[in-house]
Amino acid sequence: MLSRVADSLYWMSRYLERAEHTSRLLEVNLNLMLDEGPTSAERRWQRVLQALGKPKRIEWKGDPYGLTRTLTFDTEHKASIVSCIIAARENSRHVREQISTEQWHRLNRLYLQVTRPEMQSDGQVEALQEGTSQPSEFLQSVMEAVHQFQGVTDSTMNHGEGWQFIQVGRYIERAYATTLLLEAYHEDLWAHPEQIAEGNEYLEWMGLLRSATAFEAYCKVYTADLTPDRIFEFLLLNEEFPHSVRFAIDSMQCALEKIQGDGGRSRAEALRRLGGRLQSSLGYSSVDEILNQDAVAYLKSIQTQCREIHEMIYALYVDYAIQTALAG
Amino acid sequence: MQTAHSRQFENAVLKNYLLDQAYDEMFAGSGELHPHCEPLLEHFSSLPAEELQRRKHSADLSFLNQGITFTVYGRDEGTENIFPYDLIPRIITAAEWEKVERGLTQRITALNLFLKDIYNEGRILDDGIVPREVVYSCKHYRRQMAGLQVPRNVYIAVCGTDLIRLENGEFVVLEDNLRVPSGVSYMLTNRRVMKRIFPQLFRSYNVRPIEQYTQLLLGTLRSLAPEGRPEANIVLLSPGVFNSAYFEHAYLARQMGIELVEGRDLVTHDNVVYMRTTNGLRRVDVIYRRVDDDFIDPMAFRGDSILGVAGLFNAYRAGNVTLANAFGTGVADDKALYAYVPEIIKYYLSEEPVLQNVETFLLTRPKERQHVLANLDKLVVKAVGESGGYGMLIGPQSTKAQQEEFAQKIEADPRNYIAQPTISFSRAPCLIGDELEPRHVDLRPYVLYGDKVTIVPGGLTRVALKSGSLVVNSSQGGGSKDTWVLSQ
Repeated sequence: MLSRVADSLYWMSRYLERAEHTSRLLEVNLNLMLDEGPTSAERRWQRVLQALGKPKRIEWKGDPYGLTRTLTFDTEHKASIVSCIIAARENSRHVREQISTEQWHRLNRLYLQVTRPEMQSDGQVEALQEGTSQPSEFLQSVMEAVHQFQGVTDSTMNHGEGWQFIQVGRYIERAYATTLLLEAYHEDLWAHPEQIAEGNEYLEWMGLLRSATAFEAYCKVYTADLTPDRIFEFLLLNEEFPHSVRFAIDSMQCALEKIQGDGGRSRAEALRRLGGRLQSSLGYSSVDEILNQDAVAYLKSIQTQCREIHEMIYALYVDYAIQTALAG
Repeated sequence: MQTAHSRQFENAVLKNYLLDQAYDEMFAGSGELHPHCEPLLEHFSSLPAEELQRRKHSADLSFLNQGITFTVYGRDEGTENIFPYDLIPRIITAAEWEKVERGLTQRITALNLFLKDIYNEGRILDDGIVPREVVYSCKHYRRQMAGLQVPRNVYIAVCGTDLIRLENGEFVVLEDNLRVPSGVSYMLTNRRVMKRIFPQLFRSYNVRPIEQYTQLLLGTLRSLAPEGRPEANIVLLSPGVFNSAYFEHAYLARQMGIELVEGRDLVTHDNVVYMRTTNGLRRVDVIYRRVDDDFIDPMAFRGDSILGVAGLFNAYRAGNVTLANAFGTGVADDKALYAYVPEIIKYYLSEEPVLQNVETFLLTRPKERQHVLANLDKLVVKAVGESGGYGMLIGPQSTKAQQEEFAQKIEADPRNYIAQPTISFSRAPCLIGDELEPRHVDLRPYVLYGDKVTIVPGGLTRVALKSGSLVVNSSQGGGSKDTWVLSQ
């Protein structure tokens, strides 16, 4: 597969994962906000920004809907949902001949829905941009479209190297975003739980779980008894839940091994080790151990390792020097 | 341009259908329906206006959702528009097509022989049939190609010739596109949409299929692979996503199952071309290139090109990679050389041309230049190196100031322009609002030349959608429609 193609598939997938994650985070927080007094609003939205990795030039100015609009529609900001969808679609356009027609249609329809609302008859997007409508439906439709895209991807594309790069992109993004989310909540839920307004703990815990589509899955495992340590364990270390960090890293590593299997290069050894080390750390750590030591440092070290893996994928498959390739 | 011929039809859909001196694809001169158009007109007059609009919207949406768009230059990067699509198919009878096919085969054969000749012995120049200065002053002449052997002596593997119909209904050649002709994906997608939207009508006509085009193209490219490369790696080289024809590049690559590459995906080493893959470098044997000569190799041609591959020309010269089309084919579709094509056909094939040229005045000849300068208000003047409807003066539709400007340009550089009579080429029915109106159309069939010449029955019919307009280019408000070649 062409290096450029692998690059585009990887980023297409990352951007879509990011659009979905941002949509869910906003949707959940807009919803929870209704149950609280205005005093805790600032704390909540600062946390949202932190969970999104503190997007450049976007600040909390006291208006949750204004912030939501910026994070949703403002194409001046690369972090906005519409920007992510445009970037994903642009990447897919570069590999138009590599993805299935069904994939392209689904993604292109999403793109047209958010960029050319005049083609959609219900006027939903204009109403939102003008602030006359609630964004919840829009955010849900984005999440739904991304889910459909994933379904179409799994059922219409060869599960070959290209598909594996899509998996790598999705799961590395997911692992990274989930650690950011845990980090953002750490201060409030684990370090200083007393700062949360009386009676709101449950809401906050539920909010965290729902931000990772984890509420129902959590209840199936632990029942609706929400406790911070279990939540942390579930989102970080659960082996079976698709949005947990461990599951994401396992899936990423599995896809990377398939790619290496296709390529069969000894240079991939370093990448295999890097992924394997992270995978074992998540597989064999206990939640008490992590929470008793410096949990934030642990989360940050996962982020660092994700970045290193990303860079190594690039050095190995995309941006390698021609001389070394000829020698090999 | 309404004339005494104008007459009104009683059929409500035809209330704005006015005939003039141009050949009409639906009605004979007297207002009689061509027999092969009867079911067509019947079908379209039987559909209620709302139903027609619904189908039109469905077609437009289908193009937009599929991303069948082209990029308009000179606006924001990435501005995408759909290529306007007209629902009424253009019908060509079996007898008409037979002649077109024969004529195009003859023409591509002769032009290939011409290219081989001028880049090697130059017999036609020695014999004085084509003046040397016409060839050597052409900016698409590539001296680097002199004395170079190309596989199977095929210079033009893919060509898209523009045909128009004169007032008497005869097809003539307006332009040969021998460099990187585009539009074939619209031919294919128009057909797909048409079959979906008007299945019964389509079935009732015996239309010859065109879907085999991509397979034929792949076969053509494979037949041109360098010797000793049985499992040839064939790629399509595109300038990238900002090119106006990017949709087509992706479409063709996908339909052929070959890699779509950009210049940055390719590297050359020891005169061999490789592409960068996730599994290291892989050798490339045949490049179906959709990048112009000028931009394809910054070492051999334009040094400021970032779209190309450094060293590609040397690899080509060494015979390690085939390019389709070859370099330097543009000299044979130069608008001044065009005037000599009938002579070229006679010279190499000893045959009379099957398809005629449009009468062309060469402005390097003083007598013809004077005639043209005196009649700028009646003629069409074209810059020889331009395409896409740019750099053109349409006499009857121009202002005095524009004529003045062209007169000065012609005096300054006569080799750069040619002139032709303003031809009111044929018109076909189009859906404008809720009614049918005639609009000028041309026809671009696609010719493939590998181990033999193949032409799929059909082509891209382009439409000048503005009333009275003679410019069919998509960049200037043109659209397209499906072209049905009947099997009997």
